[in-house]
Amino acid sequence: MKATCWMGMQKMEVKEVPDPQILNQSDCIIRITSTAICGSDLHLYNGFLPLMEPGDIMGHEFMGEVVEVGRNVKKLKTGDRVVVPFPIACGHCAACESEMYSLCQNSNPNAHIAEKMMGHSSAGMFGYSHLTGGFAGGQAEYARVPFADVGPLKVPEGMTDEQVLFLSDILPTGYMGAEMCGIKPGDTVAVWGAGPVGQFAIASAYLLGAEKVIAIDRFDYRLRMAKERAGAVTINYAEVDSVIDVLKDLTAGRGPDHCIDAVGLEGHTHGVMYVHDRAKQFLRIQPDRPIALREAILACANGGTVSVIGVYAGLIDKFPMNAVMNRSLTIKTGQCHVHRYMKPLLERIQKGEIDPTFVITHRLPLDQAAMGYKIFNDKQDNCEKIVLKA
Amino acid sequence: MGTSIEVGADRVSGNGGRLGTALGPRVRPKAEVTAPYQQLADDDRGTGGEKLANFLGMFSIGLGLAQVTLPGVISRLCGVDPKDDRTRRVMRLLGMREISHGLAILSNQQPEKAVWSRVAGDALDLALLARALGNPDNDRGATLFATANVLAVTALDVMCAQTLSRQPKTVANEKMDEGIIRTKRSITVGRSVDEVYAFWRNFEQFPQFMRHLESVTVIDERRSHWVAKAPAGKSVEWDAEILEDRPNELISWRSVEGSQIYNAGTVRFQRAPGNRGTEVRVELEYDPPFGKLGSKVAMLFREEPGQQVMDDLRHLKQVMELGEIVFSDASKQRGMHPAAPDGKGPEL
Repeated sequence: MKATCWMGMQKMEVKEVPDPQILNQSDCIIRITSTAICGSDLHLYNGFLPLMEPGDIMGHEFMGEVVEVGRNVKKLKTGDRVVVPFPIACGHCAACESEMYSLCQNSNPNAHIAEKMMGHSSAGMFGYSHLTGGFAGGQAEYARVPFADVGPLKVPEGMTDEQVLFLSDILPTGYMGAEMCGIKPGDTVAVWGAGPVGQFAIASAYLLGAEKVIAIDRFDYRLRMAKERAGAVTINYAEVDSVIDVLKDLTAGRGPDHCIDAVGLEGHTHGVMYVHDRAKQFLRIQPDRPIALREAILACANGGTVSVIGVYAGLIDKFPMNAVMNRSLTIKTGQCHVHRYMKPLLERIQKGEIDPTFVITHRLPLDQAAMGYKIFNDKQDNCEKIVLKA
Repeated sequence: MGTSIEVGADRVSGNGGRLGTALGPRVRPKAEVTAPYQQLADDDRGTGGEKLANFLGMFSIGLGLAQVTLPGVISRLCGVDPKDDRTRRVMRLLGMREISHGLAILSNQQPEKAVWSRVAGDALDLALLARALGNPDNDRGATLFATANVLAVTALDVMCAQTLSRQPKTVANEKMDEGIIRTKRSITVGRSVDEVYAFWRNFEQFPQFMRHLESVTVIDERRSHWVAKAPAGKSVEWDAEILEDRPNELISWRSVEGSQIYNAGTVRFQRAPGNRGTEVRVELEYDPPFGKLGSKVAMLFREEPGQQVMDDLRHLKQVMELGEIVFSDASKQRGMHPAAPDGKGPEL
């Protein structure tokens, strides 16, 4: 089969590799019909996440048709159309039983490596480095999906791939980002990053009852999408001296009640702090640039919530703990527990409450995945979200 | 003041097995709940400074080897004449001293004396460097730089030696001083104590989740025959006997007298609080080839001794909760492999 392989920093190749096979009796194999490139794939592309191996198959947002099932699979059969959540969860451990699927205790075969870096391990994930298990990803023609009875969601008849594909990651991730805020009527929510996850966080904040949502980014086309499609008030941070001051202005001094960091470890800003973080990251003194996170903390209203859904891979410097502690802020975060949100969000899509296809700007054949990475990473051609068709 | 001592003195008997006087009688923790955990915490004492000591041991050996094999290069780094025969001889002797410090540190569990001897060595090095500074023929800048480095390492040595001096002598440490490696690992399995105990008691199932075992054959009630994989495609075999078997509580065993290899262990099963399943705790001790030094050198190339035990426990959890060990494309083979299918099945 053809598969998108990581061959080194900023080096992706679509290569011919053996077809996947059943390795555990609860696995299924699916023939992929649609898959997407995620913003967090760019962290791998740019070499910011450790433990990649040349030849690793990328991709954790994918869906397709079941072509083979293991002996123990009961709920799925050949021919079923499914969308697959990116965290791999066994469904039986204590974490899965409490619906913390991205913390599954059994699905990461490399848990011992993750433990060394993070204290404890999180779940296995598709196509997301050996730190999360070394599972082949879904930017390919076929993929092996462990725990077929736990993860994959059957797609109702009549729904298109594009309507449901983002249930695999970015829609639930954006939704969880908003849900963690505990939004109350009248609340103002600020979202850093108007990439696809940011767009869904904005939309979800409205679904959950926010009065207004403010989007912060530096690309006009992304802010335009946030304003026109998701209904946000927008701030281009490259055009203002202090985002925090603008946010104070918009909230009459209170600050946003909740702040969502949908940027993660590759944040940008202008000024001295950016040069400082960039230099440290280059020298490997500080793996992550927590620019959006710092700003979100300082901007957040007293007693508010800072919700972190952008990805962090290592250590950060200059973390304003004084603001968090003295101003009673709550930080909530996590890799999305996708399984928990797939069905309720599918229902919202069916009811017409949200149409996730609005973020798609590019459709490419799988063969052109390498070019897709370049376009997406360099923000060429007003790129917001790329769907690959296998 | 007298009162509080009095209350403290009879706190166990006087409060019906409950601890503490700060909390009211209804909210006091039960002694039988907290005491076993305090015991676990106490047993874990005595390892402070171990990592730093190992680092210093490795550093000693590395520097010593450099001094012995490349005395000219090290002399130049210290700012002294690299061509002078006497200098090179002294440098080689200093190197041998470094290596002996390193070996002494790595072959002891609590290498307190060995680390203090490194401090003495540092003092000698500093004295020699001070003399070198007095000689106008030498490169003063290089000597000063070398002195700064030695001072920094001296600070680490002193810090490490002080930490080691403060360590309590525990049973584990005494064992390890005899060259026995002892390792403890634990996991929580989401099954009841009887299920986990019953699974464990059936030794013949071990190769299902212990990847280094080839087979276990039960001989009789107490004895069993074990075959394990060894490096270079070989295998080791031994007979083990059960020393103690308390259903749903613990099993302890050891290899019989005169076995090819010595190993002994205890596994304890305990109900985890609040329906969390079973806490499984394994203590294993074995006699590694070439003692502690050998196992530390092996650690450089392979994994630390407890890692194998932890992997086995994780697999036990997977087998008990899911019925099989979970594989990824990369993990189904040993060593790093790309996360991509390769047309082969899992290698167990």
